[in-house]
Amino acid sequence: MKPSRTLATTGRVLSQVRHDPRTVALLLLVPSLLIGLVAWIFSDTTVFDSVGPAMIALFPFIVMFLVTSITTLRERRTGTLERLLSMPLGRGDLILGYTLAFGLLAVLQSSIAVLFAVTVCGLEVEGSVWLLVTVAVADAVLGTTLGLLASAFARTEFQVVQFMPVIVFPQILLGGIFLPRDQLPEVLRVISDWLPLSHAVDALNAVATGSEDAAYVLGELSIILAWIVGAVILGSITLRRRTP
Amino acid sequence: MEQQTGIGAVQAVEVRGLRVRRGPQSVLHGLDLTVPRGIVVGLIGPSGSGKTTLMRAIVGVQVVQSGTVTVLGEPAGTDSLRRRVGYVTQDASVYTDLSVRQNLDYFRAVLGVTRADVDRVIEETDLGANARQLVGSLSGGQRSRVSLAVALLGRPELLVLDEPTVGLDPVLRRDLWALFHRLAAAGTSILVSSHVMDEAARCDRLLLMRAGEILADDTPAGLLQVTGTTDIETAFLGLIGTGQGDAR
Repeated sequence: MKPSRTLATTGRVLSQVRHDPRTVALLLLVPSLLIGLVAWIFSDTTVFDSVGPAMIALFPFIVMFLVTSITTLRERRTGTLERLLSMPLGRGDLILGYTLAFGLLAVLQSSIAVLFAVTVCGLEVEGSVWLLVTVAVADAVLGTTLGLLASAFARTEFQVVQFMPVIVFPQILLGGIFLPRDQLPEVLRVISDWLPLSHAVDALNAVATGSEDAAYVLGELSIILAWIVGAVILGSITLRRRTP
Repeated sequence: MEQQTGIGAVQAVEVRGLRVRRGPQSVLHGLDLTVPRGIVVGLIGPSGSGKTTLMRAIVGVQVVQSGTVTVLGEPAGTDSLRRRVGYVTQDASVYTDLSVRQNLDYFRAVLGVTRADVDRVIEETDLGANARQLVGSLSGGQRSRVSLAVALLGRPELLVLDEPTVGLDPVLRRDLWALFHRLAAAGTSILVSSHVMDEAARCDRLLLMRAGEILADDTPAGLLQVTGTTDIETAFLGLIGTGQGDAR
């Protein structure tokens, strides 16, 4: 791996995205619009105050997962991946280059989503808004790296769409959005402890309600970061220079 | 020990007993061949004969079952070869949502060659007028030239070109073949595949391939002499007729 090659890859991915303004608009605005929709649905109730933070975890996570896995899959299908792997590009250069590019987009996307949730939808945040943004960004980057990992495994777009229910949906169901995690059956609660999205939801809830101190939030944040690093490493290993 | 980088000291490509399966299908069943240095070698055969699989094995992106592939004196796929071999896949493997120059700038950074090299390859592939255009807005022929331009970056010692002239008009095809011979004259070894028999005559040497086997390895003139024919297509049909193509 070489930083110049990693950064060249990041720059290339960002210029590709820049040539497609509609994708940029969708990427940056869709999570905010969905959060707004949830707030509107529950406008005469207090539900949004309790599910709002989870929505900030959910929508950017899903959008980044999808966008990333399909973008990298396109690279595989058009033959550019094969060409790159016949060149002196490290597998880590590619995965990390993509992570940085989409990570940058995740920063913008999550900042907009938090800003929208707080100012337009009236989400109450007891803790630090900056901490909320930080957790939201980490969560969106997590979506990106899991998307990279999924497309390293998948061979077709079709398979990537199958990975969505396999990787993403269980995390949503067990993440404490439908039922608080401490009320889950014991086995499911233990499983949910191991899923990264659960920790993102917990951390965002903690910041919004001010129920836990910063040390707790940083602890949850480091679990998410560990998953990010793990997915990047596993994705780099899974990518094969030689294919059948 | 032969010196690995000495010109003429080793073959550009040496393949021994290469077996490749793709799925349940055996694609190459014990292939032996050599590609000499500094000439244009044509890999000619119908589609489905295993040309692409062989080329993938040479550039080191194909899982092989057995046999050896030696490229410029080193095992195919070795790290140090990644800068010395240029590869053009059958589809134009370039980013359609980037301009010609942005594509070349990226691959240049990956290869670690100078910026000036981008201008050189744009000129060699006659893309100067299109340099700022998005690749997605170019014609098929222009796109394949962008793909070729990427392969020329860093002046690789061996070029592996998988059907680079498909869909090009006759004038462009003539120009590209002239470019291949210019590069070969400057010392570059070139392996170029085609399923168009009339392109065979433009090669210095031919490898005729069918159903995963090499039917003939000769110069165009030599091939015509051996088969007693006047064009490559008839020679190819003649070789199949002798039953060599069915030896599985």
